[in-house]
Amino acid sequence: MLAYLIRRSLLAILTMWAVSVLSFVVIQLPPGDYITSYIAQMSSSGSGVSAEEAESLRRQYGLDQPMTVQYLRWMTMVLRGNFGMALEYGRPVSDVIGDRLWLTMVVSVAAIILTWLLALPIGIYSAVRQYSIGDYVATFVGFIGLAIPSFMLALILMYLGFTLLNVNIGGLFSEGFGEAPWSLAKAWDLTKHLPLPALILGLAGTAQLIRIMRANLLDELGKPYVVTARARGLSETRVILKYPVRVALNPFASTIGYLFPYVVSGSIIVSLVLSLPTVGPLLLKALIAQDMFLAGTIVLLLGVMTVIGTFVSDLLLIWIDPRIKYEGR
Amino acid sequence: MDRPAHQVRGQVAEGAQALGLPTTETEERISVATQWQLMWWRFRKHRVAMASTVVVLLFYLVVIFADFLAYSNPLASEAQRSLLPPQRIHWFDNGRFAPHVYALSGRRDPVTFKRVYTPDPEKKIPVRFFTPGFEYHLFGLIPANWHLIGIEGATPEETLFLLGTDEQGRDLWSRLMYGTQTSLTIGLVGVTISLILGVLLGGISGLYGGVTDTIIQRVVEILRSIPTIPLWMGLAAALPNDWDIMRVYFAITIIISLIGWTELARVVRGRFLSLREEDFVMAAELAGCSQMRIIFTHLVPSFLSHIIAATTLAIPAMIISETSLSFLGLGLRPPAISWGVLLQQAQSIQALAISPWLLIPSIPVTIVILAFNFMGDGLRDAADPYGQ
Repeated sequence: MLAYLIRRSLLAILTMWAVSVLSFVVIQLPPGDYITSYIAQMSSSGSGVSAEEAESLRRQYGLDQPMTVQYLRWMTMVLRGNFGMALEYGRPVSDVIGDRLWLTMVVSVAAIILTWLLALPIGIYSAVRQYSIGDYVATFVGFIGLAIPSFMLALILMYLGFTLLNVNIGGLFSEGFGEAPWSLAKAWDLTKHLPLPALILGLAGTAQLIRIMRANLLDELGKPYVVTARARGLSETRVILKYPVRVALNPFASTIGYLFPYVVSGSIIVSLVLSLPTVGPLLLKALIAQDMFLAGTIVLLLGVMTVIGTFVSDLLLIWIDPRIKYEGR
Repeated sequence: MDRPAHQVRGQVAEGAQALGLPTTETEERISVATQWQLMWWRFRKHRVAMASTVVVLLFYLVVIFADFLAYSNPLASEAQRSLLPPQRIHWFDNGRFAPHVYALSGRRDPVTFKRVYTPDPEKKIPVRFFTPGFEYHLFGLIPANWHLIGIEGATPEETLFLLGTDEQGRDLWSRLMYGTQTSLTIGLVGVTISLILGVLLGGISGLYGGVTDTIIQRVVEILRSIPTIPLWMGLAAALPNDWDIMRVYFAITIIISLIGWTELARVVRGRFLSLREEDFVMAAELAGCSQMRIIFTHLVPSFLSHIIAATTLAIPAMIISETSLSFLGLGLRPPAISWGVLLQQAQSIQALAISPWLLIPSIPVTIVILAFNFMGDGLRDAADPYGQ
């Protein structure tokens, strides 16, 4: 157990390091550097920057140093909570991101929870009533869910919402709540808006889980212990829910490691379509404006949050189900 | 294989029954069939997978003959016919087979400033098949100008709009043909790169084991636990603006394959690890085969089918990746045409409300992804013909 914990933490740290290197690559890739963009910014607003000034700025930011030194400087900056300036906004990056990072995570976690809530009963139903109409419907919807990329699903639902119900289904808050300070009313408003984006994001994952759950449970249902339980007169619900379902639940635990990054990833693009106030639209804007500090920070923070999220859920699952193999997936 | 003989015979009989043939005759047929024949028989039984294969093949026919199937130059734009709704072909004229379309006259609504088009049933424009149209190079080599459909006595760019037009007045049908070409080939090229990486690293990992295996497995785990889209966006946004279509195309393909190889590597490693323990490998070793011979004449043929299945299942993911990136405006950029580029125009609710037909490209996307998934499922089931 302890060995597993240590191994798992080491892997998480290693992953975070990899994320930081990749984010740094994202920042460094475009031609020019922070100062080039800064100069362009200044001269477009009318005030020029002389060559000497630029040189001293470069020295001040350490841009004349080799890459590894620059990476280390950036990392120390980040670890102190200083993410640099967002050029386009003229404000610190952490200011610009604000609530958006948390909202991204809220949407993603909601999608995962919804995935489970849907996949569990539907998967059980599909297995217990194999080849019934309900099973076919679930399988069909599942395949559609797998085949339609989430952003396209968002587009189609948005179009249907607009033409059939004449409502705009985008956004996470009602009018007036977006800019308001956090309150109970605002949180409730958020909760009311969550299910739809969560469903769109979670559908592909739900489809997959239903299929796995169905297959696993079908395997279990034929085993002698189920027959024994039934023979001893246990009620049908008890026979199914008490034993085989528990065994078949394993995929719920083992897939979260892949599901969470996948959902966070999807949330970026779905947020753009549904105009959700997450980091998605901000990242796209930053990338198009070549505001690389903002973009790199978002990639970094998203990566780190995902790694932490996966780590925490892994620990939770061990606590819930001690049979999970410690050797990893 | 280490399975008892009676079990195998039982399976053969079962397979024969499933094929609906007299048992003794088939038993003989099955026992002399090659591995690939067995796979084909098993795959054939999977009807959905067979139908999906046909669908996939049809789509690749579109890829090959995109120029022929398009009737308008996909880049010919004209503000005078922007956002035309899809047009109906009337197949019969007074009970006689004479396909035609109505001429359209467009004007701007003085209140909404939206362009409105009214068909004129009096002016019938006959639609012809196999007509000359804009020039293209078949397979990029042979100059040609034949198209499946066209218009007699007028240019199709001005008269024929089967799926409507986009904001710049470009014909959506023709653009969809070219988009299919781009999106489906990017899937293939991407999967090829992933395959090379996956087989190489997965093979090394499974073959050598030990520290090498651990390192490669950690890299795979790390790559899989990072949200990919933000990373792709970051890398794609760094491509210089002045690159031409081809360079962007290959750069995007490489970016999406950088993550795609992990799943393939996992499959290859898994197969290597399980096959290494098999008796026939041991037998080959004892018979004094060289390492290379064991790999290429014993191991590779036995897991080739699994790799083909895994590869098929990886293609839709590639297509989705390209479509997503281009949809965001970070993948292929106009004038390149792909499904994502086409869908980009349907991004806002305003555009959808005014011109819902811009969503049409989402239909082939869904069909192709579904077809690839079913086909891959069928292949995976058939990949191990000696199994249950």
